[in-house]
Amino acid sequence: MLFTILAILTVAGAVAAMSFRNLVHSVLALTLAFAGLAMVYLQLGAQFIGFAQILVYIGAVAILIVFAILLTRDAGTTSKSALNASASNSSGWGGGVVAVAVFAAMAWAFHASAASQRALPAQPEATMQQIGNALMLQFALPLEVIGLLLTAALIGAVTIAMHDRQETR
Amino acid sequence: MSSLSSCLLLSALLFSIGLAGALVRRNAILVLIGIELMLNAANLNFIAFWRFGPNPEALTGVLFTVFSIGVAAAEAAVGLALIISLYRHVKTTNLDQVDSMRG
Amino acid sequence: MIETADQIFVILQHWIVGFAPAGVRWILAALFSVIAILGAFGGLFAVTTILERKGLGRIQNRLGPNRVGPFGILQPIADAVKSLTKEDVVPYAADKVVHFLAPVVLVLGAFSVYAVLPVGRNMVLANLDAGVLFFFAVGSVMELSVFMAGWSSRNKYSLLGAMRAISQMISYEVPLILSSITVIMAAGSLSTVAIIEKQAGYTGILPHWYVFTPWGFAGFVLFMIAATAESNRSPFDLPEGESEIIAGYYIEYSGFKFALFFLGEYLGMFAISGMGITLFLGGWGAPLSFLAWVPSYLWFFAKLLAMIAVFIWIRGTLPRLRMDQLLNFAWKFMLPMALINLVTAGLWHFLPQGGLRWLVCILMVVVPYVLLGRGLMQGQRLEKRVYQFAE
Repeated sequence: MLFTILAILTVAGAVAAMSFRNLVHSVLALTLAFAGLAMVYLQLGAQFIGFAQILVYIGAVAILIVFAILLTRDAGTTSKSALNASASNSSGWGGGVVAVAVFAAMAWAFHASAASQRALPAQPEATMQQIGNALMLQFALPLEVIGLLLTAALIGAVTIAMHDRQETR
Repeated sequence: MSSLSSCLLLSALLFSIGLAGALVRRNAILVLIGIELMLNAANLNFIAFWRFGPNPEALTGVLFTVFSIGVAAAEAAVGLALIISLYRHVKTTNLDQVDSMRG
Repeated sequence: MIETADQIFVILQHWIVGFAPAGVRWILAALFSVIAILGAFGGLFAVTTILERKGLGRIQNRLGPNRVGPFGILQPIADAVKSLTKEDVVPYAADKVVHFLAPVVLVLGAFSVYAVLPVGRNMVLANLDAGVLFFFAVGSVMELSVFMAGWSSRNKYSLLGAMRAISQMISYEVPLILSSITVIMAAGSLSTVAIIEKQAGYTGILPHWYVFTPWGFAGFVLFMIAATAESNRSPFDLPEGESEIIAGYYIEYSGFKFALFFLGEYLGMFAISGMGITLFLGGWGAPLSFLAWVPSYLWFFAKLLAMIAVFIWIRGTLPRLRMDQLLNFAWKFMLPMALINLVTAGLWHFLPQGGLRWLVCILMVVVPYVLLGRGLMQGQRLEKRVYQFAE
């Protein structure tokens, strides 16, 4: 029951995010979808992932997108041609058809697969202690790689977005 | 109610919405939002298979999601930096109008 | 007797819940806790507004509010009546839905972080396994509400204020979380209750609080500076600098919604002070071993009031920073210090107990502080201030 409500909330947020004219409204709807997804994680027993989802996606990614919107001056002014332009050329309908086809194929695969018929197993344990141990022992190398990747992304993003002083003068 | 198939169905729905958005909308930022939704759908699959899979003690699904969230954050930062840099050059974020290779 | 006084609210909760049928007991227990949190911190908000106005008045050599009730202590009631009866103006061009949602999201977020804050022994709404993570995750939602308020008002000043607020909150969130990670490392848990239990013992009469270690002290100072910035208080109150951008992101709010913003801001300050108390000051533990008979919740609120007093004192003393100073301070000073502090905390754990450990760790905190401070101050000549127009 709770899962159904959360699923409807998430999907509604996602649909709204992709269909609103105003970009800022899109981002706010997107945060609704992220929040719904975080609740789904909590309900599935993954506490750490649920809170990390809120912290990273709502606290960082959504804010980052908002900043990008304001810096590219699309806030307030609704992107008039966003839907019209895409509807006039055939790629708009084509994209929708592709998405529906992908969904149909995946739904059919889930329906046909034997895995979905299995009985519900007991709630698995994922305490913070276990996750921490796994991160520090078994998954230490991936953790380091992620750290390197994030540092590279940080430097890269700053370098790309930095104002070229010589050029603008 | 929240069995494996309903989780997968939700994830498939999210993925398709993200895909449709990324293909249909012409604003670069909205395309990025669509890609984020698709990544989130993949994360939900990892968690669902961890929760209902045969070997939840290994925590593989949870840890993969942790790394995936980290990669998604990096991707968003670089992607938005690219969009801002693009906007500086061509003064638009509409992808249809960015059709010149001259910088 | 002492035990009863300490646990009186827990006993009361069990007694009330006992009347209900077994099926709905947990709902009633949660409801009791929620009402207690709303009452206690709502009341503290009213007390703090009058304390702040009185204290600031004294610092600025004036009396402060003194008309309503004896010594003006009934001023919060007058404020409440005033803000509730004022007209609620929504700008014509504003985005009505977002404009309405922003204060609601802010207050909801501000109240929900109290769920993991232990205000006394056995007095926490939810002892989550990832309590500290929950606190910071929900706290980051408040940034979004600030943006919603600033953007939906369709006002240049409010948008500027929101941009300032968000960039400040994002910048200071990094040292805030990094400085609390030291405690999480030392305690080996993200649960707020477990962190307090780790600080429970006494050496002689002094408690084992983390603030009494070199890395803990440095972490506490960093945490409090970042907390001041996170709660948008002076000297980091650029987002609402009255003399620059009037009132920042809540310029276009009036009446009850403005009161909600005010409430949300103060609740955020209480929450982050409470988290500082939990992480570094031993939560509800007594500061001296022979004072342990005083009920635990009294200690928590005494510490909280002391923190609030420090906040008021700082607000009355320091001038506002400039935007570039603010961001430079976060990224060039706070962040490196927090990272070095993280290493110090790890070293403290692995060095053998004794004087050497203290010496090494104190050096690791003080030397970078001096070097970094000198390095950043280089090339900045502080001259006598020139008043261009006031002469």
